[in-house]
Amino acid sequence: MKEGVCSVIDYQCMLNSNVKKMKPSGIRRFFDIASEMDHVISLSIGEPDFTTPWHVREEGIHSLEDGKTWYSPNRGFIELREEICRFLKRHYHLQYDPKTDLVVTVGGSEAIDLTIRSLLEPGEEVLIPEPSFVCYKPLTLAARGMPVPVVTRQQDLFRLTAEELEEKITPKTKLLILPYPNNPTGAVMRRENLEAVARVVQKHNLLVLADEIYGELTYGDYRHVSFAEIDGMKERTILVNGFSKAFAMTGWRLGYAAGPQEIIKQMTKLHQFGIMSAPTTAQYAAIEAMRNGDGDIVSMREQYDMRRRLIVDGFNAIGLTCFEPEGAFYVFPCIKSTGLTSEQFCEKLLYAEKVAVVPGNAFGDCGEGYVRVSYSYSIRHITEALSRIEHFIRKLSGGVNA
Amino acid sequence: MDRLLALLNENARLSNRQLAVMLGKTEEEVEDAVAAYEKEGVIRGYKALINWEKIDKNKASALIELRVSPKRERGFDEIAGKIMQFEEVESVYLMSGGYDLAVKVHGKSMQDIAMFVMRRLSTLDSVLSTATHFILTRYKDGNVILNTEDEKDERRSVLCD
Repeated sequence: MKEGVCSVIDYQCMLNSNVKKMKPSGIRRFFDIASEMDHVISLSIGEPDFTTPWHVREEGIHSLEDGKTWYSPNRGFIELREEICRFLKRHYHLQYDPKTDLVVTVGGSEAIDLTIRSLLEPGEEVLIPEPSFVCYKPLTLAARGMPVPVVTRQQDLFRLTAEELEEKITPKTKLLILPYPNNPTGAVMRRENLEAVARVVQKHNLLVLADEIYGELTYGDYRHVSFAEIDGMKERTILVNGFSKAFAMTGWRLGYAAGPQEIIKQMTKLHQFGIMSAPTTAQYAAIEAMRNGDGDIVSMREQYDMRRRLIVDGFNAIGLTCFEPEGAFYVFPCIKSTGLTSEQFCEKLLYAEKVAVVPGNAFGDCGEGYVRVSYSYSIRHITEALSRIEHFIRKLSGGVNA
Repeated sequence: MDRLLALLNENARLSNRQLAVMLGKTEEEVEDAVAAYEKEGVIRGYKALINWEKIDKNKASALIELRVSPKRERGFDEIAGKIMQFEEVESVYLMSGGYDLAVKVHGKSMQDIAMFVMRRLSTLDSVLSTATHFILTRYKDGNVILNTEDEKDERRSVLCD
């Protein structure tokens, strides 16, 4: 076909309107600038800086050496599903049947997509606490649902409150997303917070997508409580988790959803026809991670915790107040004192000091006035970035030492 | 407090405040712990890890295997004690296996080291034989990877595209 022939087609009227409605990520431009600058020191990446533990990688390699290169069962290998169920029991006291209650997916992201598409009828509403990760809204739109943001606030430690939640419930509300420990704020929900939400969920007969991908990364004395652990909630919860954050396995693309078998059955159909099965090599590696990886989690968590303390103290010392995040690997300092918007702040910081952080409004309108800073970096890297940010703030406020 | 040692082992220039924050201790506690480690001889000193080859291309270092005859009563300590006096000697280890002492030596040039071995080491009374292995490239030293450009972070943002 000759070049130019296609241009007569009006693609705009041929595209799915729900997909068209999805806003492309607003921070694209910002990252484009960052990627073209030299010597940028970034605190913007949302994945572990650790590589996958060697014994886990080795199992993947062995499976390849043994020629295990075929599809797995649609739901994932039964050995893996059994190990996941043992893991969920060991860590969260949850009892799932590996045969019926679980589907292994291509990362937690696919599990989120499957959940939303399996549950939603057109026009039904999905409650999305914000700030939160960027995928819930577009996936809801693609499923012809209505995303309804629920604001969380720093004064509530960015926890979802029963009051805010209840206010947004309408007869069309079907699903609540519960993304804790939270990206980008680092907020966690404690048992009593979850119980308060559970009462609302019960009262209004909602289902809950609990995205607990950062569940293994909580700090201090607090250990993550799964929403499914709360009385009466296991029946209403699709628990999404995966290997990316806990075991530093982002590139392997492996996650899972656990929940009531009627729902998992529907999700498995979509998964079967759309994906077939999650990557085989990754599943063999993941079996090893589930069996012998608890120690890896502990040592990575210790490293993250030291960095977390360092960076929170750093921001507070600089004068960008920062509530103490108890989970994930992000801090969410408030930059309102600078008088800049999130995007202005990030852009100026990038140009002036070559430090890249992510504007808070990328995670919902209520993230305006904040920036997301990842501490999934070495201590040396963090220390250098903090000193550049300090210099930036001193110059902004017209300090004499600038 | 061995997490303190682990942190210092990686970077001895962290301030007491930074160490305290990371470990959830007070600055005084960190200061006291460091002082105690110094007093006990657990921490023997602080120094920079320098990539000398960047400064002076001719600088050379070598690992020298020594076979020695141990002295009655004093075993290998006496000869080891003599060898460590030399300024050129960076480290001295008593080894199991095919030879007795491993001596790491640095000098201005290979020639310099060769002369040192010939004149100083092999002439010592109890030294039976020497084997000098020059170090050609240091890839990693003291847990630090040398001679690489700043390690490139291959992670990318998945928030956009």
